[in-house]
Amino acid sequence: MYENPDGVMIGLEVHVQLNKLKTKVFCGCTTDYHNDPPNSHVCPVCLGLPGALPVINKKAVEAAIKVGLALNCKVEEHTQFYRKNYYYPDLPKGFQITQYDFPISSGGYIVIEGEDGEHRVGITRAHMEEDPGRLVHEGTIDKSKYTLIDYNRSGMALLEVVSDPDMRSPKEARRYLDKLRNILEYLDVFDGNLEGALRVDANISIMGGQRAEIKNISSHKGAERALLYEIVRQKNVLRRGGVVVLETRHFDEAREITLSMRSKEEAHDYRYFPEPDLVPLKISGWAPAIKETLPELPDARRMRFVEQYGIKDDQAKSLTGELVWANYFEDFLKAYKDEYKEKLDPKLAVAWIEVLKGELNYRDLTVDAFKKEDMLSILELLVSKKITEDGAVDIIRTLLDKGGSPDEIVAEKGLLKVEGDIVSTAVEEAIKENPQAVADYKAGKEKALNSLVGAVMKKTKGRADARAAREVLLGKLG
Amino acid sequence: MIAKKDLEHIAWLSRLELSEEDMEKYTPRLNSVLDYFGELDEVDTEGVEPTYHVLPINNVFREDEINAPAKSLTQEEALSNAPKKQDGFFKAPRMM
Repeated sequence: MYENPDGVMIGLEVHVQLNKLKTKVFCGCTTDYHNDPPNSHVCPVCLGLPGALPVINKKAVEAAIKVGLALNCKVEEHTQFYRKNYYYPDLPKGFQITQYDFPISSGGYIVIEGEDGEHRVGITRAHMEEDPGRLVHEGTIDKSKYTLIDYNRSGMALLEVVSDPDMRSPKEARRYLDKLRNILEYLDVFDGNLEGALRVDANISIMGGQRAEIKNISSHKGAERALLYEIVRQKNVLRRGGVVVLETRHFDEAREITLSMRSKEEAHDYRYFPEPDLVPLKISGWAPAIKETLPELPDARRMRFVEQYGIKDDQAKSLTGELVWANYFEDFLKAYKDEYKEKLDPKLAVAWIEVLKGELNYRDLTVDAFKKEDMLSILELLVSKKITEDGAVDIIRTLLDKGGSPDEIVAEKGLLKVEGDIVSTAVEEAIKENPQAVADYKAGKEKALNSLVGAVMKKTKGRADARAAREVLLGKLG
Repeated sequence: MIAKKDLEHIAWLSRLELSEEDMEKYTPRLNSVLDYFGELDEVDTEGVEPTYHVLPINNVFREDEINAPAKSLTQEEALSNAPKKQDGFFKAPRMM
């Protein structure tokens, strides 16, 4: 049972861009603007010109339902849009089209790995809205004189996923974000690698104070940092006998601190009213058919991996935690040639996929940097005992750093495993050249054997199997 | 009843700058508008479904097709009415 000594309560509002759609939510402008000049994919609707009329993208509604269902929400019978009124240059028409008391879905949950095992975080609602434009400040936000505005982003379909205040630590908040992102990727509604794809506002309070809302968080790590900072800040305020007030704070990513925004905007007064240009939606009837199309989600896939392939739960969790690796693993197993099917078991594959993952991460590369066929060749060399494990690692590294093919690297570096006579000779030489180690071993110092194994490996340039070398040594030392 | 400070707040929300004189003038006017709407409160709406929309239609959609129903503008067209622009951006005073 997690005690939560400070009574930390965290709720997150996550803005998810449905960026796999072809067009924006209320107009036919493209969503593919990321490499284009500012204001080159805009129209009267997303610029908010007088008289322009929004019409909702049917696929955006379907995607929203898909996400709602995957988050265990109920798709509402009646849903409609509102105008949230505020004057800020990111939305030129003076209001944002969003939802209010009739969101498209509500009342769901996500299961995360919490401080004390599985932990359920409630989803208050997931509602649709339009993304505002992107503001560029010259210099820092508090110093610049002007704001430059690019409306290419304006009108992108957003889903705001609002959680209950169920997270009890910054770590849980981060896990929640990871899980949500994971689910969204499986649903194929969202590409998390695009700039601005996922933006987070965090609400946090500790026992004895009111909550602060932290804005401008743009990464999962940022969320954790901002929340850690905020807990310390709030505790300090209380310890000095102060009062933690209800306020909005801005996360300064570079300095890893939160700053009070102290402005009259605090007095939120959005004067919501139903959007007269969009008629209500009655689409709960779509839910059963959309539910049929939901893919296998991360948790289900993880459990299947454990059951079907006999791999460990944490391995399955790590694989399914990223769609690309889960797919890699299964595609990989399918690619085994029949003759290797028996020897190449999934447990071996997962172990080597983890090695590959580590090498890729170290070099800041993605899975695309390594051919699946190469991985297959390496494992085949390994299970047919032609190379050692060290040799396999060497091939992976060489492929990443210099390229080539596994067979070429094996030939070039002479990685073919040596056995029998060569190992025997190496063992004999090692014994002869290290009398002290031999004496130590015979005197009962087990550890001395390791240095002898090391000497054998050095002589064979790492091509001997360490376990075999050890056995031969033991035999000779009698 | 709308007091002067409510009017100040409403004006601020709409980014309008009102002079003292404007305030004196608008406060009673807004109150009379509110009084007029207040008459609606006298209607008995017991058991009547709220009306969110005047049209008796639901579910109007567009397909996810680029440039449908209308085409995007060029950057030049988009910026043609902007009082201030810079490097293809609209330019506005800084706001916090």
